[in-house]
Formats: sequence, C-alpha cells, structure tokens
Amino acid sequence: MKNVYLDYSATTPVKEQVVNEMIPYFTEYFGNPSSLYTPGLEAKEGLITARNRVAELINSRPEEIYFTSCGTESDNWVLEAVAEALENKGNHIITSKIEHHAILHTCQHLEKFGFEVTYLDVDSEGFVRPEELESAIKDTTILVSIMMVNNEIGTIQPIKELAKIAHNQGILFHTDAVQAIGNMPVDVKDLDVDFMSMSAHKIYGPKGVGALYKRRGIQIPSFIHGGAQEKKKRAGTENTAGIVGFGKASELARMNLHSHMNHSSKIRNMMWERIEKEIPDIILNGPKDFSKRHPGNLNIAISYIEGESVLLMLDFNGICVSTGSACSSETLGTSHVLNAIGVPVTKANGAIRITVGDNTTEEDVDYVVDNLKQVVAKLRELSPVNGEKGW
Amino acid sequence: MALYNNTVMEHFMNPRNVGEIENPDGKGIYGSPVCGDMMQITLSVDENEIITDAKFKTFGCGSAIASSSMATELIKGMSVEKALELSNDKIVEELGGLPAVKIHCSVLAEHAIKNAIYDYAQTHGRKYAGLEGYNPDAEHHDDCEGSEEGGCQGCGNGK
Ligand SMILES: Cc1ncc(COP(=O)(O)O)c(C=O)c1O
Ligand code: FES
Repeated sequence: MKNVYLDYSATTPVKEQVVNEMIPYFTEYFGNPSSLYTPGLEAKEGLITARNRVAELINSRPEEIYFTSCGTESDNWVLEAVAEALENKGNHIITSKIEHHAILHTCQHLEKFGFEVTYLDVDSEGFVRPEELESAIKDTTILVSIMMVNNEIGTIQPIKELAKIAHNQGILFHTDAVQAIGNMPVDVKDLDVDFMSMSAHKIYGPKGVGALYKRRGIQIPSFIHGGAQEKKKRAGTENTAGIVGFGKASELARMNLHSHMNHSSKIRNMMWERIEKEIPDIILNGPKDFSKRHPGNLNIAISYIEGESVLLMLDFNGICVSTGSACSSETLGTSHVLNAIGVPVTKANGAIRITVGDNTTEEDVDYVVDNLKQVVAKLRELSPVNGEKGW
Repeated sequence: MALYNNTVMEHFMNPRNVGEIENPDGKGIYGSPVCGDMMQITLSVDENEIITDAKFKTFGCGSAIASSSMATELIKGMSVEKALELSNDKIVEELGGLPAVKIHCSVLAEHAIKNAIYDYAQTHGRKYAGLEGYNPDAEHHDDCEGSEEGGCQGCGNGK
C-alpha cells in the first residue's frame, strides 16, 4: 500500500544526514560534556557546534541559545520564569486564544497563583489585532507571549509589529516559534523579540530536544534546578546526541529554507486547487492569503461529516492527516483555535489538517485528493445531514 | 496498528444497513452535529411486532458508525420487546470493545433505537414496559454526565 504522511506540523521524519551526525554521540563521543578529559571535551565540542548552528538559523548569538527537552519546556520556562522574576513589578500576562496548550495551560497554572492573564481574541483568519494588544496592556503587564505561526491553521502573526507595541511600554515579548523556524525566515534581531521557543522534531530533527532563545542581558531564573549546565540556567546532563541532531537539522533548515518553502507551498497549493474545485461544501480555515500562512498548511472544514471518521478512512488507505491538532486526538473536544476564529461547532467537527513537507510529491497530491473525494462521498452517504436537510 | 479493533474497523469500513427506510414504522433521531455525533434509525415492524428491517444514517466518529452498524444488525429479526432491552454494553461487547472515551458513541445507538421504537409505539398504539417513563426528548448530555468517563467532552456540555 502507498503511504502518504501529511502531518508535518505534528512531527517530521528525521533526515538521514541528521541521524548520521547523531550516531557517534551515542557510541564514540558518549562522554559527559561536563567532564574534563578528552571524551567529555569531544561531547562538549558537539554542543558548541550545535549551538552555533541553531543560532545561525535565527540570527542570534550562540550564547543566547539554551537547550531544553522540548518546545513545551521552553514555553513553560519562559512564562514561569518571567512571572517569578517580575512578580514585584506586576502580575499581568497577555497572550492569545489560539496559542498551543504549552502556553495556555501554563497560563492557567499561573492564574492559580494569582497571576492575571488576558487571552486576546483573534480575527476570522487567526490574526491578533495589534490595536487590541495595545489596549490590553496595563501598568501591571510583565510579559506578552504570541505565537509566530499557528500549528492548526497556519496563521503567521505580525510578530515584529506586536513586539514593538510591547517594547514601547517596556514589556518583555516572547514568541513560540516552534512551527515557524525552518518554514519561514526567522531573524530575532529583526523581529526584536526577547524570548523565542523552538523544537527540533518539527524541522526534521529528533524528538525531545528544544531550545529557548533569550536575549543577552535579560536575567531569568532557571526552571529545572540542579547542575551547572547551560550556564546554570537549565540543569541536567545534556541530551548530547539530540542536541547535535537539532544543530544539524537547523543547519539543513537554513541552507534549504527557500527550496523547502517553495516545494511545500507548491504542493500545498496544488492540493488546495483540486480540493476546492472537486469537493463541494468545504471551507478553508485560516488565512486565504497564502503569503501569510505556513507554507505546508491546509485546514479544511468538510460539511456534514465528522473529522475522525475522515482520518480513519484515509489511514486505511495509508494517508495520515490530523483533526485539528495532534494533541486533540485524546480529548474529544473541538479545537480551541477553530472556536476562536468563529468556525461553528458543526463545521469544526468536520475539520481536518493537512500539512505537507519535504517528502511529499506531486503524485501524492493526486493520490490524496482522489482518496479524499471518495472518503467524503462515502461518509456523506452515511450522514443524516446534508445541504438540503440542513443541520 | 489501529485505533480500533478489527471488528470495529470492519463495521466502520463496510457498514451494514446504511440508509433510510421509506415509510418506516418507526423513526428515531438522537444526538446532534453540535455534539459531534448524530444518529437516525428507521424501522420496519411486522404485525407480530418483529423488527423486519432497520437502517441507519450517522454523523460521527468511527465508533459511532460501527456502533450503528452493529446495533442495526443485532435488532433485525428481534421482537420489539427484546430490542428495547438492547443495551450499549451489548453493542460494545459484540464489537469486541471500544476505547473508554468512545463508550458514549454506543450509548447513542442504544438511544436512537429506543427513540425509533418509541415512535413506533406512539404511531401504532402499543405499550411496552421498557418504554415506561422514557422521554425521547431528554437532553442527551444528561446521559453523558453520568457516564463513567466523567462526562462527555464531545460537546463540552456533559460536565
Ligand atoms: C506551536 C507549538 N508550540 C509548542 C509545541 C510543543 O513542542 P514539543 O513537541 O517539542 O514539546 C508544538 C508542537 O506540538 C507547537 O506546534
Ligand atoms: S457529545 Fe457525545 S453525547 Fe454530547
């Protein structure tokens, strides 16, 4: 059977060049990077190269990169650390309603400890309105955290403009760029952000490695306490092989950025053109202007049928898509993102996310659309609701 | 590797009794697309109160479709009285099990059948012990509320 993986925003296959660079760090250069003898120094050397490469991808200094265990940890760290460090200045945090749960659930946790959080509304395509951020700022605001690219609907936020609004009031700005790096140019100097979260497994690197960019000169407490790793900011013996893999993946992402973006958007556009033309009663969720959208992302609401049944039937034919976001598959609720952009629940129930990437081919487009057409027709046959009967 | 066992997948991919009986003796609808699942059952019942045919249409996830398929298979040929005793546990058992978070989908099938039989009883002037005190318009979220998983999260209203 043909296998077509269309969930690159959930995770990506690790590139062979990445795996090849990682392997010696399990076997040959297995030393603890904190040890002072040769095998330790060799391992440490691997961390240095990796840090340089991640820094180069986002145009930061290497010393501004702190490796973590995942994007989620980076998000947790920055929110909790800023809350702790600036407790005396204020207790107000601003974020948006469409953030990843790594941000939203951490904010909810902080609310239990007396912090006040404003969850900004977004427009019908998922954009934060800059003037709403401006008017949400108060004397007590200590941090603004807005994601760069939304994982479900692909919306690219005007981060530079939003960061400027925060900085004009002397407020720190964080962005979760987990879906952004490798998929669009990301330059922390140009964006002028104070913190940025990243994750390796979304850019053809290994799972369980992430990083936080922290602008030089800003002091925040550590989140994981223990040894002196990561300049005493993130304790725990480093995941050397994983970090080396993140470094290699970052280097490849930087070198291949434009070909990756062109390839993804070309395939994505081909797919959307056919779907739009050939499947009736569907809507595209997220930005209609594809220049403001993740290059590989499509999110479509298919009327009269339910998303999980679409996912299952496609899986039966070797095609992997997700409903809303990968994390939602264990919790039956509809997507908070689709809810925030005003998609009615009946339509959100029929939403699927397709994200293409480096291994998706033009032939895949035909296989996928042909299958999707059949699956939709079959499930609509089964459905008690349709265009004439209405809901 | 699959989310559901082979029996569930088989009923999902090749559902039995799909459709709508013309001029049915009983018709029941349960759930709503807002909740993420909705089921319609139509029945043919003969003069001996035996269910001679059952068809379904379902908006819902894989286990909702498989439950509808299995439930309609089970009640075909049954007496109305016996069909009223069909519990969601029996549907789940016949399917070889469902994931815990998906049990409510089988409850939906049980209720859709009850509603169809209620409609049959009303239109044909019959009375059944199994329908006593049954309210077909009861908010289905009420059922979710008492469910083992601690409420149906599909619509967010169960909790
Ligand atoms: C926007 C966003 N933030 C954070 C994460 C979490 O990253 P990780 O899986 O590395 O914890 C993800 C991915 O699931 C994401 O899409
Ligand atoms: S969502 Fe399952 S019954 Fe309401």
